[in-house]
Amino acid sequence: MKRLRGGGIPGFVLRRALLGMLVLFLVSVIVFAATQALGDPARAILGREATPDRLEVLRKQLNLDQPVLTQYLSWFSGIFHGTFGTSLASQLPVGDMLGPRLVNSALLVVCAAVISIPLSIIIGSYAALRRERKFDKVSSNAMLVLTALPEFVVAVLLVILFSTTVLHLLPAISPVPPGHWPWEYPDGLILPVATLVIAVAPYVSRIMRASMIEVLETDYVEMARLKGLPERTVLYKHALPNAIGPVFQVIAITLAYLAGGIVVVEYVFAYPGIGSLLQDAVVNHDIPVVQALAMIIAAVYVILNMFADIGTIIVTPRLRTRL
Amino acid sequence: MSIDQQAAVTKTGAAVTVRGLQIATTSGVPVVTDLSFEIAAGEVLGVVGESGSGKTTVGLSLLGHARRGLKIVSGSVLLGDQDVLEMDDVALRRLRGSLVSYVPQDPASSLNPALRIGVQLREALKAHGSTSDAENTARIAEMMREVALPDDPEYLRRYPHQLSGGQQQRIGLAMAFANRPRLIVLDEPTTGLDVTTQATVLATVRDLAAAYGSAALYVSHDLAVVAAVASRVAVMYAGRIVELGPADQLFESSAHPYTRRLVGAIPRLTGSRVLVGIPGHAPSPGSRPPGCAFAPRCQLHSPECDEKVPEPLQVVGGHTSRCIKALEVVKLQAVTPGERVQSPRVDSSAPVLSLKNLVAHYGDTEVLHSINLDLEHHECLAIVGESGSGKTTTARAIAGLHRDWTGSIRLGDLDLATSAHARSTDVRRQIQYVFQNPYGSLNPRKSVGETVGQPLQVFGIASGREADHRVAEMLEQVSLSASYARRYPDQLSGGERQRVAIARALISSPSVLVCDEVTSALDVSVQAAIVELLGNLQRELGLSMVFVTHNLPLVRSIAQKIVVLANGSIVEYGDTAAILGNPQQEYTRHLISNTPSLETARMEAVELASEFGPSHALHVTRSAGI
Repeated sequence: MKRLRGGGIPGFVLRRALLGMLVLFLVSVIVFAATQALGDPARAILGREATPDRLEVLRKQLNLDQPVLTQYLSWFSGIFHGTFGTSLASQLPVGDMLGPRLVNSALLVVCAAVISIPLSIIIGSYAALRRERKFDKVSSNAMLVLTALPEFVVAVLLVILFSTTVLHLLPAISPVPPGHWPWEYPDGLILPVATLVIAVAPYVSRIMRASMIEVLETDYVEMARLKGLPERTVLYKHALPNAIGPVFQVIAITLAYLAGGIVVVEYVFAYPGIGSLLQDAVVNHDIPVVQALAMIIAAVYVILNMFADIGTIIVTPRLRTRL
Repeated sequence: MSIDQQAAVTKTGAAVTVRGLQIATTSGVPVVTDLSFEIAAGEVLGVVGESGSGKTTVGLSLLGHARRGLKIVSGSVLLGDQDVLEMDDVALRRLRGSLVSYVPQDPASSLNPALRIGVQLREALKAHGSTSDAENTARIAEMMREVALPDDPEYLRRYPHQLSGGQQQRIGLAMAFANRPRLIVLDEPTTGLDVTTQATVLATVRDLAAAYGSAALYVSHDLAVVAAVASRVAVMYAGRIVELGPADQLFESSAHPYTRRLVGAIPRLTGSRVLVGIPGHAPSPGSRPPGCAFAPRCQLHSPECDEKVPEPLQVVGGHTSRCIKALEVVKLQAVTPGERVQSPRVDSSAPVLSLKNLVAHYGDTEVLHSINLDLEHHECLAIVGESGSGKTTTARAIAGLHRDWTGSIRLGDLDLATSAHARSTDVRRQIQYVFQNPYGSLNPRKSVGETVGQPLQVFGIASGREADHRVAEMLEQVSLSASYARRYPDQLSGGERQRVAIARALISSPSVLVCDEVTSALDVSVQAAIVELLGNLQRELGLSMVFVTHNLPLVRSIAQKIVVLANGSIVEYGDTAAILGNPQQEYTRHLISNTPSLETARMEAVELASEFGPSHALHVTRSAGI
């Protein structure tokens, strides 16, 4: 890595982008190999109706008679054209199926992120400042309980609380008719987003609390106070920038987890995102769709991690000046 | 405090007056008890004590600050007519950094890594009402020049990690003096700096305090450093000031047995004396005895000592001691350094270890350039130099811990492989290493017995009952009792841990013992005891030792030969007494002259007195030329 230096932050971003592409290429090989190993797609599609003749016809239609390498290359080039092949179940181009679903899911994740990140930073920092006092004790225990609850339990509890049994404020499910966008039905977004926030915020805020406590104990924070700086300056200028660096990494991993872990939440709320698409695709053995989604989720991981590293570097001069 | 007393204080010109200060843990265990002292404007008061004596706690209390888990129980810290301990948060914030400022122990961790140094200097000014950018810029430039750092904007845009340790500490000083404080608290600001940097930092502190007429409280565990910078000294033991007086009197005719023993434990450049440590260790808060806290370790101990805590006893004007026998103690002969070191006869027929043309690298950088050294049988060879001189790299190469080297290292007539991995078991047994930090070098999950006994198993020397027996014997030899075998490292003090590390190294009867800064993490009295132990072991067992240190006076007490390293090359190499007594090289002379010691401090005190008159610098108006 010693030779891979220079160029400041743009140079670093470029190197990381190239590295990210290499990672995605390797992921594509693994995804393709893994889905190949699942068995014969033609047999999967035809199920019990499979006769040797029909299998033969379908195999030809799906290019399964070609060598594996050719199949891989044609699939791989499809990624660059955004087509990702043709869905076995619907016979539509996978790219067209994905588009709206991707937007729907992204909306959920972005809403959840925009709410949960500031919320967890505030809760975590405040708990650290009030360490071992009432707010800290209550919030830390509450966060621990929430972290321990799986999303589907949270989702069901929210539905019971706000839609069905206790109150009747919000819709219990959030379907979006084809041809419409979810922001046309904002009521339906509240519970899925709340579920995701509750899935993410407790963990991030616990990490933020730990990181902030560590920073508040450092000599430079004590020194800032002994210099007579106002407490506000001590916190915002001296403590927060140092505490938030490690939290970026956690936020990235959590958001990336959301991109994959959204499946359950979308299923519970019957929300038409990539999660429910993935679920249908797996049930239907719709291999091209599964492959495409796996690639997209991998890309989300790579991109978020890159952003997290860039964020960490920006707030950490020791790393920045080394570039 | 009555109005009369206050008037008296103002008349004597005390910048700060501390009365009856009590600090305890939040659960009520007293940490600092009944502390009273004052500091005049322009005066530097040294506070000396070993770890756990409460000296840092006292320093911070002058800023009205108590660390987590501690609280200030009672007492007053008067700054003019304001009591710091009565102030609310707003008043305290205004006080800190303007009237009273603080210079922390570790500059590397006390500067915010995420902020440029210029920003950190500027906010110290801004926080105290100086909002004019132009004025602040001018003031910062002035401060930078006063601490001998570049004042150009480019330099101020640097981050702390782009500065050396000495530069970071001078930024700390600039920040502390920026608002021309009336009182400045310095908490071991030179610990961790090498002698040259330490000397410049000390000179800066003295000059700034004099120039600004600031009172200074200088906290340190190093008596020689305190002697170099302070005009009066308070010695702390177990949370109390046990002796307080003018520096020269206090060190020359100590009136408390503890001070006397501390002074005796300081290694001296002038003669190779046996260092005498203080047996036992200081009681921790909560387990302090009802009477005099030093009594259990005191040679003059008598039954009355245990009855109640002795009140301060005036020895002469301005010199007090909390010892019921103070007047006897002060009449004892001038502090006697230990007797002369009797070095074992060096057998120079064939060197046990010889380095030929040793060149070592770290990555692409050559850090050692052609080192040639011989270690004779029964000899202790000291390797000295400033940080970055390559002394530890040499030691690590010998032990095979640093393996990026060329040249030859011979053990007897055997050429050694570069890394310890590639060496035979017997070679590994013959070269043993004791590390600098005994807190990191012992496995916390292993008992002392397991740690010390492990080499016996690894080298197949002994096992079972025979091994246990040898471990017990070895522990006795390093002055620990055999019962220590069942303890774990966290139950031991720093000095005890280092003894365990030495026992582990010696149990396999090595032919060469490499000691890497083995005392630098320890208090003076403990350091003396460890050096005493190593000296005795060397005489008894005929050890051959490589002793790496940055502490020159220590070398006189232990090593027959010395090699001075600078930037990875040998500057001077030969007999210890000859080289330290009559250095031939400018670099060696420079190292020696920068080493603080009680003797040179006394000479400087005389010079200072003639320069400023006998009274200790009240409102000295001297420009801060550095």
